[in-house]
Amino acid sequence: MQIYLPIADLPVNVFLVLGMGLAVGYISGMFGIGGGFLMTPLLIFIGISPAVAVATVSSHIAASSFTGAISYWRKRALDIALAMMLLSAGIVGTATGVWLFTELRALDQLDLLIGLSYVTLLTIVGAMMIYESVRAIIRTRHGMPATLRRPGSHTWLHGLPFKLRFKRSKIYVSAIPVWAIGFIIGFIGAIMGIGGGFLLVPMLIYFLRVPTATVIGTSMVLTLVTMASATVMHAATNHLVDAVLALILMVGGVIGAQFGARTGQKMRGERLRLLLGLLVFAVGCRFAYELVVRPDDLYSLRYVMGG
Amino acid sequence: MMRRLAITIASIVMACAGPAAAERLVVSLSNHRVAVTSNFVGEELVLFGTIEPDPATSPLRPPYDLVVTVTGPNQTIRTRRKERVLGIWVNVDSREFVAVPSYLAVLSNRPVSNIASQDTLRRLQVGLDNFLLPQRIGVDVADTVRDEPFRRAFVRLQTQQGLYRESGTAVTFLTPTVFRAAIPMPAAVPTGTYTIDVKLFGGGVLAARTSSALEVIKTGFEQYVADAARDYGLLYGMATAMMALVIGWFASVIFARD
Repeated sequence: MQIYLPIADLPVNVFLVLGMGLAVGYISGMFGIGGGFLMTPLLIFIGISPAVAVATVSSHIAASSFTGAISYWRKRALDIALAMMLLSAGIVGTATGVWLFTELRALDQLDLLIGLSYVTLLTIVGAMMIYESVRAIIRTRHGMPATLRRPGSHTWLHGLPFKLRFKRSKIYVSAIPVWAIGFIIGFIGAIMGIGGGFLLVPMLIYFLRVPTATVIGTSMVLTLVTMASATVMHAATNHLVDAVLALILMVGGVIGAQFGARTGQKMRGERLRLLLGLLVFAVGCRFAYELVVRPDDLYSLRYVMGG
Repeated sequence: MMRRLAITIASIVMACAGPAAAERLVVSLSNHRVAVTSNFVGEELVLFGTIEPDPATSPLRPPYDLVVTVTGPNQTIRTRRKERVLGIWVNVDSREFVAVPSYLAVLSNRPVSNIASQDTLRRLQVGLDNFLLPQRIGVDVADTVRDEPFRRAFVRLQTQQGLYRESGTAVTFLTPTVFRAAIPMPAAVPTGTYTIDVKLFGGGVLAARTSSALEVIKTGFEQYVADAARDYGLLYGMATAMMALVIGWFASVIFARD
Protein backbone atom coordinates (compact mmCIF):
# COMPACT_ATOMS: atom_id res chain seq x y z
CA MET A 1 0.00 0.00 0.00
CA GLN A 2 1.52 3.25 -1.14
CA ILE A 3 1.12 6.47 0.78
CA TYR A 4 2.21 9.92 -0.36
CA LEU A 5 4.43 11.80 2.10
CA PRO A 6 3.47 15.49 2.07
CA ILE A 7 6.84 16.98 3.05
CA ALA A 8 9.25 14.44 1.59
CA ASP A 9 7.11 14.74 -1.60
CA LEU A 10 7.25 11.13 -2.63
CA PRO A 11 5.16 8.00 -2.24
CA VAL A 12 6.41 5.19 -0.02
CA ASN A 13 5.14 1.75 0.88
CA VAL A 14 3.47 1.93 4.31
CA PHE A 15 4.43 -1.63 5.23
CA LEU A 16 8.06 -1.09 4.29
CA VAL A 17 8.32 1.98 6.54
CA LEU A 18 6.35 0.28 9.31
CA GLY A 19 8.69 -2.71 9.05
CA MET A 20 11.72 -0.44 9.29
CA GLY A 21 10.19 1.16 12.38
CA LEU A 22 9.62 -2.28 13.93
CA ALA A 23 13.13 -3.53 13.15
CA VAL A 24 14.91 -0.41 14.42
CA GLY A 25 12.55 -0.29 17.41
CA TYR A 26 13.44 -3.90 18.24
CA ILE A 27 17.16 -3.09 18.18
CA SER A 28 16.68 0.09 20.17
CA GLY A 29 14.64 -1.70 22.82
CA MET A 30 17.23 -4.46 23.04
CA PHE A 31 20.18 -2.12 23.58
CA GLY A 32 18.39 0.75 25.28
CA ILE A 33 19.30 3.25 22.58
CA GLY A 34 17.23 5.55 20.34
CA GLY A 35 18.21 3.88 17.08
CA GLY A 36 18.50 7.10 15.10
CA PHE A 37 21.91 6.13 13.75
CA LEU A 38 20.20 3.19 11.99
CA MET A 39 16.94 4.87 11.02
CA THR A 40 18.38 7.96 9.36
CA PRO A 41 20.59 5.97 6.91
CA LEU A 42 17.68 3.61 6.17
CA LEU A 43 15.39 6.52 5.27
CA ILE A 44 18.08 8.04 3.05
CA PHE A 45 18.44 4.64 1.41
CA ILE A 46 14.73 4.47 0.43
CA GLY A 47 15.01 7.85 -1.29
CA ILE A 48 14.10 10.40 1.37
CA SER A 49 16.42 13.41 1.28
CA PRO A 50 19.02 13.45 4.10
CA ALA A 51 17.66 16.73 5.45
CA VAL A 52 14.06 15.46 5.76
CA ALA A 53 15.31 12.15 7.20
CA VAL A 54 17.35 13.83 9.94
CA ALA A 55 14.54 16.20 10.89
CA THR A 56 11.84 13.52 10.93
CA VAL A 57 13.82 10.88 12.80
CA SER A 58 14.16 13.26 15.75
CA SER A 59 10.40 13.01 16.40
CA HIS A 60 10.53 9.23 16.09
CA ILE A 61 13.27 9.04 18.72
CA ALA A 62 11.29 11.35 21.00
CA ALA A 63 8.42 8.84 20.93
CA SER A 64 10.50 5.75 21.66
CA SER A 65 12.57 7.41 24.39
CA PHE A 66 9.39 8.65 26.08
CA THR A 67 8.12 5.06 26.29
CA GLY A 68 11.47 4.03 27.76
CA ALA A 69 11.63 6.92 30.20
CA ILE A 70 8.15 6.10 31.56
CA SER A 71 9.10 2.51 32.34
CA TYR A 72 12.36 3.59 34.02
CA TRP A 73 10.40 6.19 35.99
CA ARG A 74 8.13 3.42 37.29
CA LYS A 75 11.20 1.47 38.39
CA ARG A 76 12.55 4.66 40.02
CA ALA A 77 15.73 4.20 37.97
CA LEU A 78 15.91 7.82 36.89
CA ASP A 79 17.93 10.75 38.22
CA ILE A 80 15.79 13.82 37.52
CA ALA A 81 18.27 16.31 38.97
CA LEU A 82 21.11 15.06 36.78
CA ALA A 83 18.82 14.91 33.74
CA MET A 84 17.74 18.55 34.27
CA MET A 85 21.36 19.65 34.59
CA LEU A 86 22.31 17.87 31.33
CA LEU A 87 19.24 19.29 29.65
CA SER A 88 19.96 22.94 30.39
CA ALA A 89 23.08 22.55 28.24
CA GLY A 90 21.48 20.05 25.86
CA ILE A 91 18.93 22.60 24.61
CA VAL A 92 21.71 25.10 23.82
CA GLY A 93 23.57 22.35 21.99
CA THR A 94 20.48 21.44 19.96
CA ALA A 95 19.84 25.07 18.99
CA THR A 96 23.47 25.44 17.86
CA GLY A 97 23.19 22.20 15.90
CA VAL A 98 19.99 23.25 14.13
CA TRP A 99 21.57 26.63 13.28
CA LEU A 100 24.68 24.97 11.79
CA PHE A 101 22.44 22.50 9.94
CA THR A 102 20.63 25.42 8.24
CA GLU A 103 23.86 27.24 7.37
CA LEU A 104 25.54 24.19 5.86
CA ARG A 105 22.44 23.25 3.93
CA ALA A 106 22.68 26.59 2.17
CA LEU A 107 26.33 25.88 1.34
CA ASP A 108 25.59 22.42 -0.15
CA GLN A 109 27.83 20.78 2.43
CA LEU A 110 25.18 19.25 4.66
CA ASP A 111 25.45 15.74 3.21
CA LEU A 112 29.21 15.84 3.71
CA LEU A 113 28.89 16.95 7.32
CA ILE A 114 26.32 14.22 8.08
CA GLY A 115 28.52 11.62 6.37
CA LEU A 116 31.73 12.69 8.09
CA SER A 117 30.16 12.86 11.55
CA TYR A 118 28.71 9.38 11.10
CA VAL A 119 32.05 7.94 10.02
CA THR A 120 34.17 9.42 12.80
CA LEU A 121 31.67 8.94 15.59
CA LEU A 122 30.41 5.47 14.73
CA THR A 123 33.75 3.86 13.88
CA ILE A 124 35.46 5.22 16.99
CA VAL A 125 32.62 4.47 19.40
CA GLY A 126 32.00 1.08 17.75
CA ALA A 127 35.66 0.09 17.98
CA MET A 128 35.83 1.15 21.63
CA MET A 129 32.73 -0.86 22.50
CA ILE A 130 34.03 -3.95 20.71
CA TYR A 131 37.38 -3.67 22.51
CA GLU A 132 35.80 -3.18 25.91
CA SER A 133 33.26 -5.98 25.59
CA VAL A 134 35.72 -8.50 24.14
CA ARG A 135 38.01 -7.87 27.10
CA ALA A 136 35.11 -8.36 29.48
CA ILE A 137 34.14 -11.63 27.77
CA ILE A 138 37.74 -12.93 27.93
CA ARG A 139 37.95 -12.03 31.60
CA THR A 140 34.76 -13.92 32.45
CA ARG A 141 36.11 -16.92 30.49
CA HIS A 142 39.17 -16.89 32.74
CA GLY A 143 36.96 -16.92 35.77
CA MET A 144 37.65 -13.34 36.77
CA PRO A 145 34.75 -11.13 37.83
CA ALA A 146 33.65 -8.94 34.94
CA THR A 147 33.23 -5.76 36.91
CA LEU A 148 34.31 -2.49 35.37
CA ARG A 149 37.05 -0.47 37.00
CA ARG A 150 35.46 0.74 40.19
CA PRO A 151 34.73 4.42 40.37
CA GLY A 152 36.83 5.60 43.23
CA SER A 153 39.89 6.81 41.48
CA HIS A 154 39.66 10.56 41.16
CA THR A 155 40.44 12.13 37.79
CA TRP A 156 41.10 15.77 36.95
CA LEU A 157 37.36 16.11 36.31
CA HIS A 158 36.76 15.87 40.03
CA GLY A 159 39.03 18.83 40.70
CA LEU A 160 36.81 21.29 38.79
CA PRO A 161 34.75 23.91 40.64
CA PHE A 162 30.92 24.31 40.93
CA LYS A 163 30.45 20.96 42.56
CA LEU A 164 26.97 19.51 42.84
CA ARG A 165 25.54 16.51 44.61
CA PHE A 166 23.13 14.19 42.77
CA LYS A 167 21.36 12.15 45.41
CA ARG A 168 19.75 9.40 43.39
CA SER A 169 22.93 8.62 41.47
CA LYS A 170 25.03 9.07 44.61
CA ILE A 171 27.65 11.20 42.87
CA TYR A 172 29.31 14.51 43.70
CA VAL A 173 30.72 16.17 40.57
CA SER A 174 31.43 19.55 39.03
CA ALA A 175 28.72 21.09 36.84
CA ILE A 176 31.22 21.85 34.04
CA PRO A 177 31.62 18.29 32.63
CA VAL A 178 27.87 17.75 33.05
CA TRP A 179 27.14 20.82 30.94
CA ALA A 180 29.79 19.90 28.39
CA ILE A 181 28.33 16.43 27.91
CA GLY A 182 24.79 17.82 27.62
CA PHE A 183 25.89 20.37 25.02
CA ILE A 184 27.81 17.81 22.92
CA ILE A 185 24.87 15.36 22.89
CA GLY A 186 22.35 18.06 21.97
CA PHE A 187 24.59 19.41 19.21
CA ILE A 188 25.42 16.03 17.67
CA GLY A 189 21.80 14.91 17.91
CA ALA A 190 20.48 17.88 15.94
CA ILE A 191 23.04 17.51 13.16
CA MET A 192 23.02 13.75 12.80
CA GLY A 193 19.41 12.97 13.61
CA ILE A 194 20.39 10.66 16.44
CA GLY A 195 19.38 10.66 20.08
CA GLY A 196 22.97 10.06 21.10
CA GLY A 197 22.06 7.40 23.69
CA PHE A 198 24.89 5.14 22.56
CA LEU A 199 27.29 8.05 23.20
CA LEU A 200 25.72 9.46 26.32
CA VAL A 201 25.59 6.23 28.31
CA PRO A 202 29.36 5.51 28.09
CA MET A 203 30.14 9.19 28.75
CA LEU A 204 28.05 9.23 31.89
CA ILE A 205 29.60 5.99 33.12
CA TYR A 206 33.23 6.77 32.36
CA PHE A 207 33.42 10.52 33.00
CA LEU A 208 30.83 11.13 35.71
CA ARG A 209 30.84 7.64 37.29
CA VAL A 210 27.04 7.50 37.18
CA PRO A 211 25.96 4.04 38.44
CA THR A 212 24.45 1.67 35.86
CA ALA A 213 21.16 1.61 37.77
CA THR A 214 20.23 5.17 36.82
CA VAL A 215 22.28 5.73 33.68
CA ILE A 216 19.89 4.46 30.96
CA GLY A 217 16.78 6.08 32.43
CA THR A 218 18.57 9.40 32.81
CA SER A 219 19.96 9.22 29.28
CA MET A 220 16.45 8.56 27.98
CA VAL A 221 15.07 11.70 29.59
CA LEU A 222 17.84 13.74 27.98
CA THR A 223 17.24 12.07 24.61
CA LEU A 224 13.51 12.71 24.91
CA VAL A 225 13.84 16.42 25.57
CA THR A 226 16.64 17.13 23.04
CA MET A 227 14.82 15.21 20.32
CA ALA A 228 11.43 16.79 21.05
CA SER A 229 13.00 20.24 20.91
CA ALA A 230 14.99 19.30 17.79
CA THR A 231 11.66 18.36 16.17
CA VAL A 232 10.15 21.74 17.02
CA MET A 233 13.26 23.68 15.93
CA HIS A 234 13.68 21.75 12.65
CA ALA A 235 9.99 22.31 11.90
CA ALA A 236 10.16 26.01 12.71
CA THR A 237 13.38 26.82 10.81
CA ASN A 238 13.74 24.32 7.98
CA HIS A 239 10.12 23.09 7.53
CA LEU A 240 11.43 19.60 6.94
CA VAL A 241 9.61 17.42 9.48
CA ASP A 242 7.26 15.00 7.73
CA ALA A 243 4.49 14.26 10.22
CA VAL A 244 3.01 11.40 8.17
CA LEU A 245 6.38 9.64 7.90
CA ALA A 246 7.04 10.31 11.60
CA LEU A 247 3.70 8.78 12.59
CA ILE A 248 4.33 5.52 10.71
CA LEU A 249 7.85 5.24 12.13
CA MET A 250 6.68 5.93 15.68
CA VAL A 251 3.96 3.30 15.62
CA GLY A 252 6.39 0.66 14.33
CA GLY A 253 9.16 1.87 16.63
CA VAL A 254 7.32 1.74 19.95
CA ILE A 255 5.91 -1.74 19.25
CA GLY A 256 9.30 -3.10 18.17
CA ALA A 257 10.97 -1.55 21.22
CA GLN A 258 8.75 -3.51 23.60
CA PHE A 259 9.73 -6.85 22.08
CA GLY A 260 13.37 -5.82 21.81
CA ALA A 261 13.50 -4.94 25.50
CA ARG A 262 12.37 -8.47 26.41
CA THR A 263 15.08 -10.07 24.27
CA GLY A 264 17.68 -7.68 25.67
CA GLN A 265 16.92 -8.58 29.26
CA LYS A 266 17.64 -12.26 28.55
CA MET A 267 21.13 -11.55 27.17
CA ARG A 268 24.37 -11.09 29.06
CA GLY A 269 25.57 -7.49 29.35
CA GLU A 270 28.96 -7.87 27.65
CA ARG A 271 27.50 -9.94 24.78
CA LEU A 272 24.92 -7.24 24.26
CA ARG A 273 27.62 -4.53 24.22
CA LEU A 274 29.71 -6.53 21.74
CA LEU A 275 26.75 -6.90 19.39
CA LEU A 276 25.91 -3.20 19.64
CA GLY A 277 29.58 -2.32 19.11
CA LEU A 278 29.72 -4.44 15.94
CA LEU A 279 26.51 -2.87 14.67
CA VAL A 280 27.70 0.68 15.32
CA PHE A 281 31.08 -0.05 13.73
CA ALA A 282 29.47 -1.62 10.65
CA VAL A 283 27.22 1.40 10.05
CA GLY A 284 30.28 3.67 10.43
CA CYS A 285 32.22 1.64 7.84
CA ARG A 286 29.28 1.81 5.44
CA PHE A 287 29.40 5.60 5.59
CA ALA A 288 33.19 5.64 5.20
CA TYR A 289 32.87 3.49 2.09
CA GLU A 290 30.42 5.95 0.60
CA LEU A 291 32.72 8.92 1.16
CA VAL A 292 35.89 7.30 -0.16
CA VAL A 293 34.63 5.32 -3.14
CA ARG A 294 33.93 7.27 -6.31
CA PRO A 295 30.16 7.84 -6.40
CA ASP A 296 28.14 6.44 -9.33
CA ASP A 297 27.00 9.92 -10.13
CA LEU A 298 29.21 12.92 -9.49
CA TYR A 299 26.29 15.30 -10.00
CA SER A 300 23.31 15.89 -7.76
CA LEU A 301 20.43 18.37 -7.71
CA ARG A 302 19.08 20.55 -4.97
CA TYR A 303 15.91 22.57 -5.15
CA VAL A 304 16.53 26.15 -4.14
CA MET A 305 13.73 27.73 -2.09
CA GLY A 306 11.12 29.79 -3.93
CA GLY A 307 10.31 29.90 -7.60
CA MET B 1 -4.84 45.91 -26.87
CA MET B 2 -1.47 46.00 -28.60
CA ARG B 3 -1.51 42.25 -28.69
CA ARG B 4 -4.89 42.06 -30.33
CA LEU B 5 -3.78 44.64 -32.85
CA ALA B 6 -0.69 42.60 -33.62
CA ILE B 7 -2.76 39.48 -34.14
CA THR B 8 -5.13 41.33 -36.46
CA ILE B 9 -2.22 42.66 -38.47
CA ALA B 10 -0.68 39.22 -38.58
CA SER B 11 -3.90 37.67 -39.83
CA ILE B 12 -4.26 40.36 -42.45
CA VAL B 13 -0.69 39.73 -43.55
CA MET B 14 -1.36 36.02 -43.68
CA ALA B 15 -4.57 36.52 -45.62
CA CYS B 16 -2.72 38.73 -48.05
CA ALA B 17 0.05 36.20 -48.43
CA GLY B 18 -2.13 34.42 -50.91
CA PRO B 19 -4.34 31.44 -51.11
CA ALA B 20 -1.89 29.30 -49.11
CA ALA B 21 -3.90 27.00 -46.92
CA ALA B 22 -3.56 27.26 -43.18
CA GLU B 23 -4.35 24.79 -40.46
CA ARG B 24 -6.01 25.19 -37.14
CA LEU B 25 -5.55 22.92 -34.12
CA VAL B 26 -8.40 21.88 -31.86
CA VAL B 27 -7.25 20.05 -28.74
CA SER B 28 -8.92 18.67 -25.64
CA LEU B 29 -7.35 17.32 -22.48
CA SER B 30 -8.79 14.32 -20.63
CA ASN B 31 -8.40 16.07 -17.30
CA HIS B 32 -7.38 19.63 -16.44
CA ARG B 33 -6.73 18.92 -12.81
CA VAL B 34 -4.40 16.29 -11.35
CA ALA B 35 -5.08 15.74 -7.65
CA VAL B 36 -2.17 14.48 -5.57
CA THR B 37 -3.82 12.45 -2.83
CA SER B 38 -2.39 10.10 -0.21
CA ASN B 39 -2.44 7.18 -2.63
CA PHE B 40 -1.11 9.08 -5.66
CA VAL B 41 1.36 6.99 -7.64
CA GLY B 42 1.35 8.92 -10.89
CA GLU B 43 -1.17 9.33 -13.64
CA GLU B 44 -1.37 9.53 -17.41
CA LEU B 45 -3.26 12.34 -19.08
CA VAL B 46 -4.48 12.08 -22.63
CA LEU B 47 -4.61 14.96 -25.08
CA PHE B 48 -6.86 14.52 -28.11
CA GLY B 49 -6.86 16.83 -31.07
CA THR B 50 -7.75 17.33 -34.69
CA ILE B 51 -6.21 19.34 -37.46
CA GLU B 52 -8.80 21.50 -39.18
CA PRO B 53 -8.42 23.49 -42.35
CA ASP B 54 -8.54 27.24 -41.84
CA PRO B 55 -10.44 28.65 -43.65
CA ALA B 56 -12.72 25.63 -43.86
CA THR B 57 -12.51 25.33 -47.61
CA SER B 58 -8.74 25.16 -47.95
CA PRO B 59 -7.26 21.71 -48.46
CA LEU B 60 -5.17 19.90 -45.85
CA ARG B 61 -1.73 18.69 -46.82
CA PRO B 62 -0.70 15.68 -44.75
CA PRO B 63 1.60 14.24 -43.60
CA TYR B 64 1.87 16.38 -40.51
CA ASP B 65 4.16 16.19 -37.51
CA LEU B 66 3.10 17.13 -34.05
CA VAL B 67 5.12 18.19 -31.01
CA VAL B 68 3.51 18.61 -27.59
CA THR B 69 5.64 20.44 -25.01
CA VAL B 70 4.40 20.29 -21.41
CA THR B 71 6.13 22.57 -18.90
CA GLY B 72 5.64 22.59 -15.14
CA PRO B 73 5.95 25.56 -12.79
CA ASN B 74 9.35 27.26 -12.85
CA GLN B 75 11.89 26.45 -10.21
CA THR B 76 15.47 27.35 -9.43
CA ILE B 77 17.55 24.22 -9.13
CA ARG B 78 21.20 23.91 -8.21
CA THR B 79 23.33 21.24 -9.84
CA ARG B 80 26.36 20.23 -7.81
CA ARG B 81 29.44 18.29 -8.81
CA LYS B 82 31.50 16.15 -6.47
CA GLU B 83 35.27 16.11 -6.63
CA ARG B 84 37.87 14.27 -4.66
CA VAL B 85 39.33 16.40 -1.87
CA LEU B 86 41.80 14.80 0.58
CA GLY B 87 40.57 11.34 -0.38
CA ILE B 88 36.86 11.95 0.07
CA TRP B 89 34.19 13.04 -2.37
CA VAL B 90 32.88 16.54 -1.71
CA ASN B 91 30.49 18.89 -3.53
CA VAL B 92 32.90 21.44 -4.92
CA ASP B 93 31.42 23.17 -7.93
CA SER B 94 27.80 24.08 -8.51
CA ARG B 95 25.62 25.93 -11.02
CA GLU B 96 22.22 27.39 -10.47
CA PHE B 97 19.58 26.88 -13.13
CA VAL B 98 17.32 29.91 -12.83
CA ALA B 99 13.55 29.65 -13.35
CA VAL B 100 13.64 26.44 -15.35
CA PRO B 101 10.59 24.17 -15.68
CA SER B 102 10.28 21.69 -12.83
CA TYR B 103 8.62 19.34 -15.32
CA LEU B 104 9.35 19.26 -19.04
CA ALA B 105 8.00 16.72 -21.49
CA VAL B 106 8.57 16.90 -25.23
CA LEU B 107 6.22 14.44 -26.91
CA SER B 108 6.06 13.91 -30.65
CA ASN B 109 5.03 11.40 -33.29
CA ARG B 110 8.63 10.84 -34.38
CA PRO B 111 12.03 12.00 -33.10
CA VAL B 112 12.09 15.80 -33.21
CA SER B 113 15.39 15.85 -35.09
CA ASN B 114 13.54 14.31 -38.07
CA ILE B 115 10.69 16.81 -37.96
CA ALA B 116 12.35 20.10 -38.79
CA SER B 117 15.75 21.62 -39.38
CA GLN B 118 18.07 22.25 -36.44
CA ASP B 119 17.63 26.02 -36.89
CA THR B 120 13.86 25.81 -36.69
CA LEU B 121 13.94 23.52 -33.66
CA ARG B 122 16.35 25.83 -31.91
CA ARG B 123 14.30 28.93 -32.64
CA LEU B 124 11.04 27.32 -31.47
CA GLN B 125 12.71 25.60 -28.48
CA VAL B 126 11.57 22.16 -29.60
CA GLY B 127 13.23 19.22 -27.84
CA LEU B 128 15.17 18.93 -24.58
CA ASP B 129 18.40 19.90 -26.35
CA ASN B 130 16.87 23.08 -27.72
CA PHE B 131 14.93 24.22 -24.70
CA LEU B 132 16.34 27.30 -22.99
CA LEU B 133 17.75 26.39 -19.57
CA PRO B 134 19.33 29.58 -18.25
CA GLN B 135 22.17 29.21 -15.75
CA ARG B 136 23.59 31.80 -13.44
CA ILE B 137 27.22 32.24 -14.40
CA GLY B 138 28.80 34.90 -12.23
CA VAL B 139 26.41 37.83 -12.50
CA ASP B 140 25.02 36.83 -15.89
CA VAL B 141 22.12 34.52 -16.56
CA ALA B 142 22.37 32.69 -19.86
CA ASP B 143 21.88 29.33 -21.49
CA THR B 144 24.97 27.43 -22.48
CA VAL B 145 25.74 25.09 -25.35
CA ARG B 146 23.85 21.86 -24.94
CA ASP B 147 27.00 19.79 -24.42
CA GLU B 148 28.11 21.79 -21.39
CA PRO B 149 28.66 19.22 -18.57
CA PHE B 150 26.41 20.88 -15.98
CA ARG B 151 23.54 21.26 -18.43
CA ARG B 152 23.88 17.66 -19.54
CA ALA B 153 24.01 16.41 -15.94
CA PHE B 154 20.98 18.51 -15.03
CA VAL B 155 18.87 17.17 -17.91
CA ARG B 156 20.05 13.62 -17.22
CA LEU B 157 19.18 13.76 -13.50
CA GLN B 158 15.78 15.31 -14.16
CA THR B 159 15.15 12.61 -16.77
CA GLN B 160 16.10 9.88 -14.30
CA GLN B 161 13.45 11.20 -11.91
CA GLY B 162 10.90 11.11 -14.70
CA LEU B 163 10.50 14.89 -14.58
CA TYR B 164 12.11 15.59 -17.94
CA ARG B 165 11.45 13.42 -20.94
CA GLU B 166 11.55 13.39 -24.68
CA SER B 167 9.54 10.76 -26.50
CA GLY B 168 9.25 10.33 -30.24
CA THR B 169 6.40 7.84 -29.87
CA ALA B 170 4.05 9.50 -27.37
CA VAL B 171 1.94 11.13 -30.09
CA THR B 172 -0.11 8.84 -32.32
CA PHE B 173 -2.01 9.85 -35.43
CA LEU B 174 -5.32 7.96 -35.42
CA THR B 175 -6.16 9.31 -38.88
CA PRO B 176 -3.94 11.69 -40.86
CA THR B 177 -5.67 14.59 -39.07
CA VAL B 178 -6.75 13.19 -35.67
CA PHE B 179 -4.08 12.63 -33.03
CA ARG B 180 -3.70 11.49 -29.46
CA ALA B 181 -0.86 12.28 -27.03
CA ALA B 182 -0.14 10.53 -23.74
CA ILE B 183 1.23 12.87 -21.06
CA PRO B 184 2.83 10.94 -18.20
CA MET B 185 2.63 12.49 -14.72
CA PRO B 186 5.07 10.64 -12.44
CA ALA B 187 4.42 10.30 -8.71
CA ALA B 188 6.95 13.03 -7.92
CA VAL B 189 5.31 15.78 -10.06
CA PRO B 190 5.63 19.24 -8.55
CA THR B 191 2.37 21.02 -7.81
CA GLY B 192 1.35 24.12 -9.71
CA THR B 193 0.14 25.25 -13.12
CA TYR B 194 1.39 23.45 -16.21
CA THR B 195 1.22 24.76 -19.73
CA ILE B 196 0.79 22.56 -22.77
CA ASP B 197 2.10 23.92 -26.03
CA VAL B 198 1.04 22.05 -29.17
CA LYS B 199 2.95 22.71 -32.40
CA LEU B 200 1.98 21.38 -35.79
CA PHE B 201 4.64 20.99 -38.47
CA GLY B 202 3.98 20.45 -42.13
CA GLY B 203 6.98 19.79 -44.35
CA GLY B 204 9.40 20.94 -41.66
CA VAL B 205 7.68 24.30 -41.17
CA LEU B 206 5.54 25.41 -38.25
CA ALA B 207 1.96 25.31 -39.56
CA ALA B 208 -0.16 25.94 -36.48
CA ARG B 209 0.16 26.30 -32.77
CA THR B 210 -2.17 26.22 -29.80
CA SER B 211 -1.90 25.89 -26.05
CA SER B 212 -3.75 24.54 -23.09
CA ALA B 213 -3.12 24.29 -19.36
CA LEU B 214 -3.54 21.94 -16.47
CA GLU B 215 -3.16 22.14 -12.75
CA VAL B 216 -1.50 19.75 -10.31
CA ILE B 217 -2.73 20.24 -6.78
CA LYS B 218 -2.29 18.52 -3.46
CA THR B 219 -5.69 17.88 -1.96
CA GLY B 220 -7.22 17.08 1.37
CA PHE B 221 -4.94 15.93 4.13
CA GLU B 222 -1.68 16.21 2.14
CA GLN B 223 -2.41 19.84 1.30
CA TYR B 224 -3.30 20.55 4.91
CA VAL B 225 -0.08 19.03 6.27
CA ALA B 226 2.14 20.69 3.68
CA ASP B 227 0.54 24.10 4.26
CA ALA B 228 0.77 23.74 8.02
CA ALA B 229 4.46 22.79 7.83
CA ARG B 230 5.25 25.80 5.66
CA ASP B 231 3.06 28.49 7.21
CA TYR B 232 2.94 27.52 10.88
CA GLY B 233 6.31 25.79 11.35
CA LEU B 234 6.49 26.29 15.09
CA LEU B 235 2.95 25.07 15.82
CA TYR B 236 3.40 22.19 13.40
CA GLY B 237 6.62 21.16 15.16
CA MET B 238 4.96 21.32 18.56
CA ALA B 239 2.05 19.24 17.28
CA THR B 240 4.47 16.62 15.90
CA ALA B 241 6.38 16.54 19.20
CA MET B 242 3.08 16.16 21.10
CA MET B 243 2.11 13.31 18.77
CA ALA B 244 5.43 11.62 19.63
CA LEU B 245 4.72 11.94 23.35
CA VAL B 246 1.16 10.65 23.04
CA ILE B 247 2.26 7.61 21.04
CA GLY B 248 5.15 6.94 23.42
CA TRP B 249 2.81 7.18 26.40
CA PHE B 250 0.18 5.06 24.71
CA ALA B 251 2.69 2.29 24.01
CA SER B 252 3.84 2.22 27.63
CA VAL B 253 0.22 1.92 28.78
CA ILE B 254 -0.61 -0.90 26.35
CA PHE B 255 2.53 -2.89 27.07
CA ALA B 256 2.69 -2.25 30.82
CA ARG B 257 3.36 -5.61 32.40
CA ASP B 258 1.96 -5.07 35.85
